[in-house]
Amino acid sequence: MMKQIYTRLKPIITSVLAGLVGLAGGAIIMALWGYPPIAAYQAVFSSVFGSLYGFGSTLAQATPLILTGLTFAIGVRGGLFNIGAEGQMFLGAIGAVAVSLISLPVGLHLIVALLAGMLAGALWSMPASILKTTRGIHEVISTIMLNWIALYLGMYLVIDWLGDPGRAEKSISAAPTARLPGMLSGTSLTYALVVSVIFALIMFFLVWKTTLGFELRVVGQNPGAANYAGINENFSVHSTFILGGMAAGLAGALQIVGHPPTFALYADFSTVRNLGFDGIGVALIGRNHPIGVIFAAIFFAGLNVGARTMQITAGVPLEMVRIIQGVIVIALAAPELLDFWSKLIPGIRNWIGELKGSS
Amino acid sequence: MEILTSFLKIFIISLNAMVPITLAAVGEIIGERAGVIDIGLEGILLISAFVGTIGAQSTGSPYVGLLFGIMVGLVIGIIHGLISVYLKGDQVISGVGINLFGGGLMAFGLIAVWRTPGHHVVPSAVRMPKIATPFGGISYITILTLLIVAGVYYLLTRTKLGLKINVTGEHPRAADVAGVNVEKIRFFATVTGAALAGFGGAFMAVDWFGVLTKELAAGRGFIALATVVFSKLNPLLALLGGFIFGFFDSLGVWVSSAPSIKQVIPWQFILMIPYVVTLLVVAGAIGRARFPDKLGEPYRRE
Repeated sequence: MMKQIYTRLKPIITSVLAGLVGLAGGAIIMALWGYPPIAAYQAVFSSVFGSLYGFGSTLAQATPLILTGLTFAIGVRGGLFNIGAEGQMFLGAIGAVAVSLISLPVGLHLIVALLAGMLAGALWSMPASILKTTRGIHEVISTIMLNWIALYLGMYLVIDWLGDPGRAEKSISAAPTARLPGMLSGTSLTYALVVSVIFALIMFFLVWKTTLGFELRVVGQNPGAANYAGINENFSVHSTFILGGMAAGLAGALQIVGHPPTFALYADFSTVRNLGFDGIGVALIGRNHPIGVIFAAIFFAGLNVGARTMQITAGVPLEMVRIIQGVIVIALAAPELLDFWSKLIPGIRNWIGELKGSS
Repeated sequence: MEILTSFLKIFIISLNAMVPITLAAVGEIIGERAGVIDIGLEGILLISAFVGTIGAQSTGSPYVGLLFGIMVGLVIGIIHGLISVYLKGDQVISGVGINLFGGGLMAFGLIAVWRTPGHHVVPSAVRMPKIATPFGGISYITILTLLIVAGVYYLLTRTKLGLKINVTGEHPRAADVAGVNVEKIRFFATVTGAALAGFGGAFMAVDWFGVLTKELAAGRGFIALATVVFSKLNPLLALLGGFIFGFFDSLGVWVSSAPSIKQVIPWQFILMIPYVVTLLVVAGAIGRARFPDKLGEPYRRE
């Protein structure tokens, strides 16, 4: 019984430990440059939990991270290392902005905008998928190149085709008929969060409870067995890319239709940049599981929101957060981390020994 | 005549642009031949550019800067090697972490050290001297890179150590039985590879660009990975690949200084060139690359 609990808890404990290693690593770097680590972390904590505004902002920031985290998580489940959420998300945002050029009734307009975002994201994932299945090109290379191409293509489209005639620095705003309403007044939180969580649950159902999802996971875990079982591996790879692309595209679309006050894309892409890359860390901490991804996204978003307060009150550059995220991911790379630690600290070893022994 | 001058100018810039991609790619080839993949090249380029600049500016010598770059590459290689080889961890995830860390450190460091969120210009006094030509300066490190490529090619194809490295990646069990210390070979191959990438990063800071920005690496670490695929793990082909990618990289740099072309083609499409070319070259490379059989898999003794 206890052993079962330990096996179930182990991934969570490992993630929490990695989080702590990341915070410790960040503290060391801060101390090296003479910043106060404790004051910085206090600022992070108080800004997230100290006010309704902070908490609302955290959830608003978590919204796209849930989706870009899903892109990577679904990829891993399907045996891919899809780090193309960044570019797929850019194109999703472009798709949602482009839909504002047409006029449609309330409700329908919103649905069309979200679908356009998902479609654009899925389409942008296809070159990587096709290169993988026909030429054997590893997706790490192709998706990164596509991310850069998407960035410049997106900047071109925003400036030359979708620009706001009145304000050169941004695109046209989403039409009022295509916007998501606010969820918590006084904060930037909108019903985009609900859309994002529902999408995560649908993905959970699709990947864990359907035949398509089962085949996808078999290909991910054991391509040889998949071949024996008569599973069409190429079809599965395409599905994995498309589902991931849809998630990333939706993230981009929600950053438009659910992102007050401008409901638009900036010419420098400042409101969407790095959300795709953050998704990688989110997925890894969330153990590539949709439910884990939701919580991990909130953790990452909390760090991002707290970083701004940290910059103001403790003077620590907010880029510190990316260092912490990097250390967390490096720590997660070693799955034996927990065992390694337990060897170092006798207390943990004894405790784990008890858990294991009392099965 | 004007066309010839332009061509020679692009050629000279390409010789510079070739260096970081080739060094990172050749380093990666050593590691991958031994069975360890390191996708953290982008991060290493950034970290070593940052630390290399600190080294150069605090001592006033670009050579110390280069040494700092190599040393910090070495340190990251040790971390990646420990995780991949001894802790039997996930090599790809470790590489992602290194990339995230590197991006963060550069952005943080620009503010923490030089109080600038944008870019830091490396003082010309601590930049490497160049061989002057009428069409631009050629770096001494370009020549050194050619020697390194030749040396690594010789090491991997003509020496006993090279044989050990290849067997370790291809068939670690056989290597183990033959008395090769698989973990040691893998670890040192990884560390050496990361140090070469570190050299490339420091080169970008104190030699070629002389400017630090958040996006200094601009995907070159991943272009180096593409170069490895293109080269089929052959250092000589990696040099050719590095030059091809360097050429298209330079084309963008050169075009952006030629206003007549900018009027015809939007600047965004010019900046896209290196990435589009990388995709096309990798997709069009004749025949699939064959990677070592046990690439990316930790070796466990039974």
